[in-house]
Amino acid sequence: MSTAHPVISMHAITKVYGTGDTEVRALDGVDLAVEGGEHVAIMGASGSGKSTLMNIIGCLDVGTSGRYLLDGIDVRRVAESRLALVRNRKIGFVFQSFNLVARTSALRNVELPLAYAGVPRGERRERAIEALTRVGLADRLEHQPSELSGGQQQRVALARAIVTRPALLLADEPTGALDSHSTADVLALFDELAAEGRTILVITHESDVAEHAQRIVRMADGRIVSDAQSVQVPA
Amino acid sequence: MNVAETARFACQGVTANKPRSALTTLGVLIGVAAVIILVAVGTGSSRSVSEQISKLGSNTLTVQASSTAAGGRGGPGGGFAPFAGPASSSSGSTTSQTATKTRTPQITLSDARAIATSKQAPDVLGVAPVVNASSVTATYDGASHSVGTTTGTTPAYLLIDNSSVHYGSAFTDADYTEHRRVVLVGQTVAQDLVGDDVEELVGRTISLNGISFRVDGILTSKGSTGPQDQDDRVVAPLTAVQDTLSGYGALSTISIKATSADTVTLAEGEVESILDARHQVTSTDRDYSVSSASSILSAATSSNRTFTVLLGAVAAISLLVGGIGVMNIMLVTVTERTREIGIKKALGAGRGDIVGQFLTEAVLLSLFGGVVGVVVGLVGSRFTIVGVQPTVAPYSVGLAFGVAILIGLFFGLYPANRAASLRPIDALRYE
Repeated sequence: MSTAHPVISMHAITKVYGTGDTEVRALDGVDLAVEGGEHVAIMGASGSGKSTLMNIIGCLDVGTSGRYLLDGIDVRRVAESRLALVRNRKIGFVFQSFNLVARTSALRNVELPLAYAGVPRGERRERAIEALTRVGLADRLEHQPSELSGGQQQRVALARAIVTRPALLLADEPTGALDSHSTADVLALFDELAAEGRTILVITHESDVAEHAQRIVRMADGRIVSDAQSVQVPA
Repeated sequence: MNVAETARFACQGVTANKPRSALTTLGVLIGVAAVIILVAVGTGSSRSVSEQISKLGSNTLTVQASSTAAGGRGGPGGGFAPFAGPASSSSGSTTSQTATKTRTPQITLSDARAIATSKQAPDVLGVAPVVNASSVTATYDGASHSVGTTTGTTPAYLLIDNSSVHYGSAFTDADYTEHRRVVLVGQTVAQDLVGDDVEELVGRTISLNGISFRVDGILTSKGSTGPQDQDDRVVAPLTAVQDTLSGYGALSTISIKATSADTVTLAEGEVESILDARHQVTSTDRDYSVSSASSILSAATSSNRTFTVLLGAVAAISLLVGGIGVMNIMLVTVTERTREIGIKKALGAGRGDIVGQFLTEAVLLSLFGGVVGVVVGLVGSRFTIVGVQPTVAPYSVGLAFGVAILIGLFFGLYPANRAASLRPIDALRYE
């Protein structure tokens, strides 16, 4: 994890869909800086542009204009074909719908990003087991996603996100598909990871999820409308 | 991402929907098996034809009148000369050499006699004039049989033809000179007339087109590999056949046996020089042709090759259709697993990783189809198919298998590329 420069440094990012009459400005000049070790929540109603922002931060999409440095790398200068590598090295994703690869054991799901990174088999396995142990699923290594509960699946996804030791943990509505009990489990894990000094960015519309973060960024109509330290800083 | 890892993903993909994968490989399987079996049938039939021709004896020659006039229109063996009528005003021989230019091409008994008695043919062992009578029906005690080949010849013919008499005895020179109506009967004809106990026929009188012939012997079976039954024949003295069935005229052929297989070419040259002198022709305007077993063999071989290529082409088309089946299923698979592709791309899978996975899946499908196809093809080739014992050509196995793999690669390329070029953001949203 870098300390020399911010993990995220965005300046005047816009994203425009369509042209002319059908033009939609999903992002309209967003400036955002996230330092290493911060736990940030991005909030906003649907249509506020938070999903678009998350896609750009996650290098799944590129802004129409503006400058975005991810861990010091100017993403716009990276060729489309190499973006996969940037995602692999810099970002750990956690999705609302878990997005585990079906018919593939938890262990192999967690090994997947390491395999794409070219980590040798032995080390890969070791690190994957370590990550799964970290999220409390050491006894579920060979279970397939369909044999796991929602909360367990999201914890596998979390293990998969942290196994590459990314600069940024990017979570999109991580508790959106979970019951309250599983939500508490997953949020507790986020808190622990934040306490370990990981940089975490959570996108959510639930305020109780956002409250776990140190800093809450609110969005509306493609702009950041507030950016403040959370009232309750978790212990 | 290494090869083993890619292969493992591909295996998972293929086994994820087993019935579908099985049906896809079935297309390739049938294609590969068809190529192997059909080429084996072609090869087998050409082998059986070669065997049959070599049974004729590698040292026999056949002289035929050729309908090609000077300049050589048409191919060799262009057909038999029409029979001159029995009431032909000429003597029926070629001694009247003044008429050469207008004469219908024909070979005669005198030609045969000239070759047999010539001092210039030291490599000729035996000569037999042959007349074939067409549409002869043999009847005996109510049973009748339409005879395939009716041959009128001299006793020397049996030796030249590599034939022998199984029951009874061959006819003799005396039978020939005295125009005796005796006949040697092939196994097929005999069985049709009296049933399995063919020996019973020896000494009995059968009728050929209503004319009585005494059966002197039953010919040894020559087998019936291939389309033509070599036992569906009767052999009688030339004189008797001319008297009763064919009429007096030109010969159909002259069968000649060389002293050994090595002297066939020499004998051929000697026969040609004798006949050239008698017919007053040169090598450019011959009115007859001399063919040896080897020349028949080469003609048969080339026609068989065409046959084999045709069969192979039909099978290749079915292999191609199998390949299209693979492509179809891979396209469906890519659509079905769009989300999985999105996840993998988000986790850092490069274009090469995705292409590799789907291409490997396509190749696995065709590889599996190819392996089972080869097994089915080899097993299928052990059975006799439409009277032909197939002979597996090793090249066809390699070719079919190789093409199956190439087909997997080729037809897998498009779906794999499509998968790889999906944008992760679209792929992740796909439901």
